[in-house]
Amino acid sequence: MVENNRWGNLFAHLVLILGVTIVVFPVYVAIIASTHPPGTFIRGVMPLLPGPNAIENYRIVITEGRSRAGTPPIGGMLWNSFVMAMAITIGKLSISLLSAFAIVYFRFPFRIFFFWIIFLTLMLPVEVRIVPTFQVVADLGMLNSFAGLSIPLIASATATFLFRQFFMTVPEELMEAARVDGAGPMKFFKDILMPLSITNIAALFVIMFIYGWNQYLWPLLITTDPEYYTIVMGIQRMVTGGDSEPLWHLVMATVVLAALPPILVILFMQRLFVKGLTETEK
Amino acid sequence: MASITMDNLGKVYTGNVRAVSDVNIDIADGEMIVLVGPSGCGKSTLLRMVAGLETITEGTLKIGDRVVNQLEPADRDIAMVFQNYALYPHMTVFNNLAYGLKNRGFKKDEIDRRVREAAAMLEIGQFLDRKPRQLSGGQRQRVAMGRALVREPAAFLFDEPLSNLDAKLRVQMRVEIRQLQKRLGTTSLYVTHDQLEALTMADRLVVLNGGRIEQIGTPMEVYLRPATTFVAGFIGSPAMNMLPAAYLRGLVAADALAHMPVAADLVGLRPEDLSLAPAGEGEIALTGQLMLLEPAGAESHLHLTFEGIRDTIVARLPDVPDVQEGSHLTFSIKRDKLHPFDQARGKRVA
Repeated sequence: MVENNRWGNLFAHLVLILGVTIVVFPVYVAIIASTHPPGTFIRGVMPLLPGPNAIENYRIVITEGRSRAGTPPIGGMLWNSFVMAMAITIGKLSISLLSAFAIVYFRFPFRIFFFWIIFLTLMLPVEVRIVPTFQVVADLGMLNSFAGLSIPLIASATATFLFRQFFMTVPEELMEAARVDGAGPMKFFKDILMPLSITNIAALFVIMFIYGWNQYLWPLLITTDPEYYTIVMGIQRMVTGGDSEPLWHLVMATVVLAALPPILVILFMQRLFVKGLTETEK
Repeated sequence: MASITMDNLGKVYTGNVRAVSDVNIDIADGEMIVLVGPSGCGKSTLLRMVAGLETITEGTLKIGDRVVNQLEPADRDIAMVFQNYALYPHMTVFNNLAYGLKNRGFKKDEIDRRVREAAAMLEIGQFLDRKPRQLSGGQRQRVAMGRALVREPAAFLFDEPLSNLDAKLRVQMRVEIRQLQKRLGTTSLYVTHDQLEALTMADRLVVLNGGRIEQIGTPMEVYLRPATTFVAGFIGSPAMNMLPAAYLRGLVAADALAHMPVAADLVGLRPEDLSLAPAGEGEIALTGQLMLLEPAGAESHLHLTFEGIRDTIVARLPDVPDVQEGSHLTFSIKRDKLHPFDQARGKRVA
């Protein structure tokens, strides 16, 4: 039973503060590092207070990039990442919503079989099937394209499974009432199932967007044209590219900028999320 | 407005599970038919077959002059009220009512007019902008009714619409639904397991058991002349008492029961037909021991044991008599109030 115990409170707060510190400290270091001039890091001492070069560093990263190391200005890379993440997210959501709808509401031969096939793909993440997937994408001529970046990552067993579980909790009478009201299957899906799933959609949107945004290995494999570089692989190239010491101040500035879009997505979706949570039936 | 004709309707699920068989009911235009029976008797299945939510595997179903066996629910010109109301939780009351009309391509002002009319009729006008979860059970029930009303369908189908309400509200809504149905004159099919609801609401009621019709008739016909032992036990509360005919024959002179057919080996006695008055002309006297006296306000139920009879016999008196539990009481019953049954066939004889 939960009691209002002073020591218990104190202990709980200590644990929470410790946890937050562990999570936040590296982020803090990254932000601080992005404000220092190039020389600072060569000494091997990590500064903990902001330096004077913040504006200069961010200007370089955004407008010039490191052309000599083969890294374009990050604007383009951010855009590429955004397009890829959005394509993956929207693709995953539409496909999983539709397949869950099919599995829950339609009776067709091998229904259960298909469900298990989808479920089975959970065991085959990109990394496991990367060689054959690469071959297929290459044969289809999708290297160095947004289609190649996003389509192979769109299938999602997790989202299908979650939507299936949710649809099964929607009372069958709603579907029957909609049938009596003259709504066909797709109309029912659009007018009733989708609005009811909005909370789930928002939550999955956030998760899927971050999944797409953080893709590293796949973009690294299939893009050779700098026009299609994504930000995450761009960071890696900045660290290893060129003969000189890694320019940590610029890397960190890029890292900070790369973290912004997912945060924005979370903030935006959170409103929907909370709204959905408070407005659904009991 | 239309009649509904069920001709030899039957439902067999895959795996040869029979839910409904040989149902013949002719529902006249504007009539309120109540399907009543214990759970699992097939009454809901039958209703859903009429609605088009279950396929019909045998027989034909006509609404008006059209055979509708193969039609989608939306094309049958019916409206249904569900047990859990099945309101769309994310839509306002207005949109809940309007959804069916929108799907049918009604004009905006026509939709608006019909929804407001139905809302006024059901006194839910002030809730039109609310979501279902902000309404009480009774109000949700009204919205569900409203959704059926706005469509102005040929028939209303009710699937135990009152069973989620508390007792007081149930009585109130029962009256309102019946009044509304009479005013609109819409053919209705109403499913319930509550025999009181069935008796009070029906023009005619249909008692179902095991997927078959036991009896069709007006409530009083069914109550006064139950056609089978099942109906006798199901309709009426407390249930009808059953005594072996041999027991009664042993109590009275042979000619006293001469009006009963020889085939009758089981006799039903309504609890309210037993009276504590001394047996007079044309009456039979029965003596039993009072086991329990249940006062119920306006009436009382007396649980009795008769010597040699296993089942408890219940008598219902219009007042609470001044008697002791354990004492022996003598009841009288008019001879023409006896219901003779053939136990083996479960049917009434004469």
